[in-house]
Amino acid sequence: MTAAMTIAAIAGLTLVSIVTRGFFLIPERELPIPAWLREALRYAPLGALVAVLLPEIAMTDGHLVHTWRDARLYATATGVLVFLATRSLLGTILAGTAVLLALRLGLGW
Amino acid sequence: MTIPTPLWRHPEFAVGARETRDVALGIGAWGLVAGVAMSKAGLGPVFAIAMSLCVFAGSAQLAALPLMVQGAPLWVIWATAFCVNLRFIIFSAGWRPYLQSLSRPMRLFVAYFTVDFTYIAFMRRFPKPVDARAHVAYVAGNAVVSWIAWQATTVLGVVLADVIPERWGLGFAGSLALLGITASLLVDRATWIAAAVAACAALAAFALPLHLNVVVAIAAAMAVGILIDHLSPARPAVERQEDAA
Repeated sequence: MTAAMTIAAIAGLTLVSIVTRGFFLIPERELPIPAWLREALRYAPLGALVAVLLPEIAMTDGHLVHTWRDARLYATATGVLVFLATRSLLGTILAGTAVLLALRLGLGW
Repeated sequence: MTIPTPLWRHPEFAVGARETRDVALGIGAWGLVAGVAMSKAGLGPVFAIAMSLCVFAGSAQLAALPLMVQGAPLWVIWATAFCVNLRFIIFSAGWRPYLQSLSRPMRLFVAYFTVDFTYIAFMRRFPKPVDARAHVAYVAGNAVVSWIAWQATTVLGVVLADVIPERWGLGFAGSLALLGITASLLVDRATWIAAAVAACAALAAFALPLHLNVVVAIAAAMAVGILIDHLSPARPAVERQEDAA
């Protein structure tokens, strides 16, 4: 890809970011969003989060993990416990990462 | 008429910034990993950094990069990013009642900076619209912190690509941030069931290209969530009346 093409690609991708994030904000006139849809939208972030999270914590090469010797499982369990106990996002990140590093570097999981 | 105070002096700016600070470590870990991946894709550091600064969409960038390196047609590159970003279109419908009083350029400007975490944190903070200035101040506080955390670490990742050991799996800090955010959204039976069904849907649709399983999971969560809301007898009568009105 030439430099000019790369710049064109990046410019287009920037536009894609703006258009997708602002999609329903583009029209000026009132958009009739039915009440049931507005209610259902409350669950959209949860669906997106779960779908993005699942392969990160419990999948390898497109399949669910099939070994207990996977550091991510213990880091995830630690993260859940710390979050439930403290409701602290920072604590969740730090404790989970500590467990992950200990198992990865210590046991090679 | 009073002179409007600058946006960053609005109390909601500080709230947005503070809430984002708590997950900045996770955002930063992901930025670092994305930077390393972008650098290794072979686009060269200058374009990799320019792309990160302009496009500001991690998963879309990582999907588009190999296509750019292979020299795929522009429309294929753009269509790929568009599909990976489909979830934002769904989110934008949620933004509408909150940002409608702004001018169109301003709406799009605000929308451009709203990444996944911004949307989620915002909807947790403002279940119902209050006033446009508070909304924008909160988004600004949130976006400033996430933009800096993401961009600074992405640049760092691009520059230090050869030094950072991938084996450590530092990007997992980003997943842990997501984990905590997800847990904070599980507040009742409906959200738990919606999450479980979304997980099954995401898994069943995993083979779909372009992260389209994320869209399937969103649809599943929305369908199940609203179904439970409407079938549940435990739902307070007040809410039912609101719906009927």
